[in-house]
Amino acid sequence: MTAPRLHPRDYRSDQEVRWCPGCGDYAILRAVEKALAAVGADPDRTVFVSGIGCAARFPYYLATYGFHGIHGRAPAIATGVKIARPELDVWVVGGDGDMLSIGTNHLIHAVRRDLDMVILILDNEVYGLTKGQISPTSPVGTRTPSTPLGSVERPLSALRVALAAGARFVARAADTDRDLPDILVRAHEHPGTAVVEILQNCVVYNDGAFAHVTGREVAAEAQVRPVPGEPLVFGAARDKALRVRPEGGLKMVRLEEVDPADLPRFDPTERELAVMLAALEPPMPVAMGVLLEDPAAEPYERALRRREEEAAAAGPTDLGELLRTGPVWVVPG
Amino acid sequence: MAVAEESGRTREAGREVRELETAVVRFAGDSGDGIQLSGRLFTLSTALAGHGLETFPDFPAEIRAPAGTTYGVSAYQIHFGGRRVRTVGDRPDVLVALNPAALRVHLEGLAPGTVVILDSGSFTERNLRKAGFARDPRTDGTLASFRVIGIDISDLTKRATAHTGLGVRECLRAKNFFALGLVFWMFDRDLAPVEAWARARFRDRPAVLEANLAALRAGHALAETTEIPQLPSFRVPRARFRPGLYRALTGHEAIAFGLVDGARRAGLPLFYASYPITPASPVLHQLARMRGLGVTTFQAEDEIAAVSAAIGASYAGAIGVTGTSGPGLDLKQEAIGLAVMAELPLVVVDMQRAGPSTGMPTKTEQSDLLAALWGRHGDAPVVVLAASGPADAFERAREAVRLAVHHMVPVILLADAFVANAAEPWRIPDLAREPDWPVRFRTENGDFRPYARDDRMVRPWVVPGTPGLAHRIGGLEKDEFGRVSYDPDNHERMGRARWKKVLRVAEDLPPAELEQGEPGDCVCVVGWGGTWGPISRAVTTRRRRGERVAHLHLRHLWPLPRGLGELLRSFDHLLVVEMNRGQLVRLLRGEYLVDARSHLATRGRPFAVDEIERAIDAMVEEHCR
Repeated sequence: MTAPRLHPRDYRSDQEVRWCPGCGDYAILRAVEKALAAVGADPDRTVFVSGIGCAARFPYYLATYGFHGIHGRAPAIATGVKIARPELDVWVVGGDGDMLSIGTNHLIHAVRRDLDMVILILDNEVYGLTKGQISPTSPVGTRTPSTPLGSVERPLSALRVALAAGARFVARAADTDRDLPDILVRAHEHPGTAVVEILQNCVVYNDGAFAHVTGREVAAEAQVRPVPGEPLVFGAARDKALRVRPEGGLKMVRLEEVDPADLPRFDPTERELAVMLAALEPPMPVAMGVLLEDPAAEPYERALRRREEEAAAAGPTDLGELLRTGPVWVVPG
Repeated sequence: MAVAEESGRTREAGREVRELETAVVRFAGDSGDGIQLSGRLFTLSTALAGHGLETFPDFPAEIRAPAGTTYGVSAYQIHFGGRRVRTVGDRPDVLVALNPAALRVHLEGLAPGTVVILDSGSFTERNLRKAGFARDPRTDGTLASFRVIGIDISDLTKRATAHTGLGVRECLRAKNFFALGLVFWMFDRDLAPVEAWARARFRDRPAVLEANLAALRAGHALAETTEIPQLPSFRVPRARFRPGLYRALTGHEAIAFGLVDGARRAGLPLFYASYPITPASPVLHQLARMRGLGVTTFQAEDEIAAVSAAIGASYAGAIGVTGTSGPGLDLKQEAIGLAVMAELPLVVVDMQRAGPSTGMPTKTEQSDLLAALWGRHGDAPVVVLAASGPADAFERAREAVRLAVHHMVPVILLADAFVANAAEPWRIPDLAREPDWPVRFRTENGDFRPYARDDRMVRPWVVPGTPGLAHRIGGLEKDEFGRVSYDPDNHERMGRARWKKVLRVAEDLPPAELEQGEPGDCVCVVGWGGTWGPISRAVTTRRRRGERVAHLHLRHLWPLPRGLGELLRSFDHLLVVEMNRGQLVRLLRGEYLVDARSHLATRGRPFAVDEIERAIDAMVEEHCR
């Protein structure tokens, strides 16, 4: 692109943002604007597709092309956009209801196909726009208007779903994380479907839901942030680490008790490790940052286009010609 | 029907020759017997012999139902002869039944004198029991009024193919070719085209090819020698066709070809997204083989994803099409509403089948009309078209694309299981001589309002990637500028505009026109979609008798054609014939306050001509004498 680089605010549309004051979505919107500026996105070739929910209002607030679809179907709409026009830069934004309840099927299959796009899952563990019911990511025991006695169902993990579907890029961040724009840049650079789970605070219906993980005082103990080539060390004193149990899964150890040479080093292309990291939940540290980045394969739309070009070279390219192939007969005049 | 029109029987070299204006042949057997293939090959031969024809493949939903059962019976009927054949034929002149179950299923309604060819080798006690025969129908008088010809097709096929080295089971699979050989002799057909077809089809399996060819020739030779002197032969005249190049065309091919032609004329890539469903999947298969023609096919994870991806593709500047059948239409309705609201082009092909719910998935019906028209929440008008037969399906499919892209509106094209599978001769149009109607995307900057309308109420189509025109659309109500709006007057205005825009599509369509008859006739038979053939034929026979009966056939169900109300009101009586519990009749009564009456049937098969004739006769008797 020869166009001058834009400032993050250049990606802001003229629409008044209508999220609740203090909503985590504001921080995410700013991070997205920063990421777009950082990658030099052309607003005219960028498309944001969303479903329904608070998070799905995203496209209105960006000065790019935008399509606010129907509940759960954003990944499917985006699939059509990307296949039809592979040169467009496609982003999908949805909440936990959109992506992990009504539209889980589309999330799974979009990830499985691996089109070159970014899917942002803004997880606040609650239904906001419908006034506070439990969501598929709410912990057991959550009391809401629809579960006054406390919920009895277990939550779904966005990243474990994505990994089970074969995702090659998964990342997790909190709405206010300073490295969120960088993570979004890496997600955008990944040549395939990149899934980013963003822990988003809902001030009205679920305020502080992630405080035990993201709170400034607890973050160092409650999070592990894998660094490529380094052992999985965490803790305010950097005194704890994760090692792989022989029977699978990760185990917390004190650094002083182990030989650092025995600790696994984080390799972002290692799927098994990413699966174990994504599964960590309190009292284990929650894994934040890019957990898997494996850019090996050819995105769906490119593989498809290549086959179509091969077919075009091999078969008839004119309908009239095709209609005359096969059994035909002449009725003389 | 052909039996009733039979013009004579003569004898040649001691064998009976039947002369018919049109003939009906029905093949029936187990779903694993290759009945559909026999039917298609006989159709190919019939077309090449220069007859008018119409076919009716009729198969169970089970892929390989337990052998010998009545619910596993597959059939293929072909009606052909010396004129444009409009129906599949009410009753067969020749029934080939490869097992007792096939005889059992198809015994009902056979006319006296029908030639019934049976594979006597399959009439074992076990098979008779499975078919529900308490006694052998060949000997208990059940078949007394028919010309029954029992041939041990199983044994003769085994013997004819023994030299191929195939196992007995494989050899027996050539039974359908043996039967085909017999029928070919009866209708004086050339074996060469079928042999050529088989050579190409079984190129990689020489033993199977040899078995099929040997069985075909053995069946033909058996009929030719006088070993079965009671086997009649038939003389059926050729039809007079308009000069030109012809091919056989099925409804699903027609829709695929029409969509491709439409997209090409619009200058757009075709994006076809579908989830496998009977009986719509063949359209996906056909288009998947046409990738060199600007077609992208996408098998989605479900019906909703298919329509959503099609909408995404249209938004991005292709023509998004999704194909489905009844249950899938239900699932797509919310997304169709999104396309209504976003005002994006979209084509939805619905191959109607017998419902509700799973119903009878392989059987035909016309029961999705009101769902197509009004089946979405909110006021969500779309254009609804219906194909009256394979050739018409080609025209409707390309028309659906044209209307969708030029009016920024979803178009639902209704076909049905019968139209999808039926084949008819089709004069291949000279596509190069017809005009294109290219789409022009809006690219000009300045005074851009996403929902500003032109004089036809149509909003501009701006595709992502267009410099300077980035904007947002979606399912929320918007004002002209594309801003979300809860303003009461704006919603009133936009709702009216969406409605009016669709109504004005009628200006882009031909006015109401009769198929037969004159305005002011005593009775007008009104049909839509796949019932064209039997209605047309029934009206013809009644007009030949001098009855003042007209035929009106609707291909545009919404908006309804201009002048329709006036035309309908010109008749003394209206008889709406449809395969549902009364859907078009409700529409016409509601729209025009006319006293339309119904003749309805939902048996999962096309109307018989005589059934419609009786309905007309009853109305004529009561009101027109």
